[in-house]
Amino acid sequence: MNIDKKLYTLKYTPDTESHLKITDKEKCRLCISKNCTHICPAKVYEWNADTQEIIINYENCLECGACRIACEKRVIDWQYPKGTKGVTFKQG
Amino acid sequence: MLKQENKTDVIVVGAGPAGVACAITLARSGKEVVLIERGLFAGSKNVFGGAIYTQPTKEIFPDFETTAPVERRTVQHNFAILGEVDSTTISYRKNDNSSYSVIRGKFDRWAANEAKKAGVYLVEETVVRELIKEKNKIIGVKTELEKFYSDIVILADGVNSLLAKQIGLRKDINTKDIALSVKEVIKLDKDVINQRFNVKDSEGVITEIFGGSMLGLLGLGFMYTNKDSVTLGLGITLNELVDSKISPYEYLEQLKQHPSIAPLIEGGTLKEYSAHLIPEGGYKKIPKLVDNGVMVVGDAGMLVNNLHWEGTNLAMISGKLAAETAIEALNNNDFSKKMLSLYENKLKESFVLKDMKTYKDLMDTMHSRKMAFLSYYFKKINAFFEMFTSVNSIPKKENFRGFIKSIFTDRKPIELVKDCFAVLKLLWSILL
Repeated sequence: MNIDKKLYTLKYTPDTESHLKITDKEKCRLCISKNCTHICPAKVYEWNADTQEIIINYENCLECGACRIACEKRVIDWQYPKGTKGVTFKQG
Repeated sequence: MLKQENKTDVIVVGAGPAGVACAITLARSGKEVVLIERGLFAGSKNVFGGAIYTQPTKEIFPDFETTAPVERRTVQHNFAILGEVDSTTISYRKNDNSSYSVIRGKFDRWAANEAKKAGVYLVEETVVRELIKEKNKIIGVKTELEKFYSDIVILADGVNSLLAKQIGLRKDINTKDIALSVKEVIKLDKDVINQRFNVKDSEGVITEIFGGSMLGLLGLGFMYTNKDSVTLGLGITLNELVDSKISPYEYLEQLKQHPSIAPLIEGGTLKEYSAHLIPEGGYKKIPKLVDNGVMVVGDAGMLVNNLHWEGTNLAMISGKLAAETAIEALNNNDFSKKMLSLYENKLKESFVLKDMKTYKDLMDTMHSRKMAFLSYYFKKINAFFEMFTSVNSIPKKENFRGFIKSIFTDRKPIELVKDCFAVLKLLWSILL
């Protein structure tokens, strides 16, 4: 089963702006490992080779915090979504 | 109504097991406490493997067995060692009530409601963004909309505890000291679960899974039976995931396909997928838990005993001990770090820090010898049973000799000696 189907089982109330931000996009360009793109359990981060930027699909975020710790360049500004926003687990 | 607008005795941030246990203990002794939860309801941002332990839970909720929304009472623990295609399982079965599987979205919500009944002011859908500090003491919290003040703030804001970080109680977490866990709750008919796991309606099974898709990685799998679903998940240390370049859900997909796991979930439909971090650093990585006007409890204090799959119990009891400390502090009108360090003393005297100290060297050993203890010996255990059960017209003596020889040829003798020393050293550190 692919990740999109898994995420489809979740209840999300997405905000209009991202609770995840890259504080220095230049550092992503220099980053070789790009850990965020493969450790995220919701595939929030994708590398866009054309624009040379990380795309953040923040509305899929499970709010686990792994990216914040795994980012080698320490450029992910990780906050909780607003109180009424983000993911809601019913079966956790 | 609060006695004073926006000022209370204690503010607890986070309505998980630690926060609720703390808040309810305070309210029961007549203290005014505000419990702030960022989710739509308590439990809505919370994820764990699957079971709560009866004895510690009873310390907070004496009647929970009959009043709380529990799923199944654990009657069997399986320890399944998975090779690539085979497995060896040890089962311990006893019809008692030592633990129950629960769904956090239901249980935490119930627990927070119990706290409300005891007099706790529960504020949901509210994120605490900052702690307010004045004259070197924490005096309150800043939410998205307003400021709340209190004599004591208790941080039960979970594994990521941005607030503990903000006030310098914890440093950045190393990828070695945290595990990323993903799990699936898979819907299955009650009767199918009963049949496949050999239990009755209200009885359940916990399966701890070693190896499989995690062979050679510092990771463990888990399976819990709920009323009409089965939870299957795994947790892998973050540094291993970073190095392997494989996504956590891919490991879970592989685990689901293992010949020993697949038949148990066959025909099931995915109810919910989720992910969460688990503090795995152990005793040596516990952050500072106390400062002027503030205490840290549960996962926010990295209080987890990973070897025994214990977290919610350490959370509840640390929450309770922080509450007892807060009650004394309030009665003495002293909220200094010195006064609140009573909480640390209580933790040290309890099983919480005693157990964590017992296993203080465990993670170092596992990190340094993971290929041995999380791959080589798992494979050898399965190879032994494969040899022992095979009927192939080869004389048994040859089979035995071949197996014993393989132990010494498949791994360098020097490594075997090092493994023995590592085990002895670890046992020494645990038992002494």
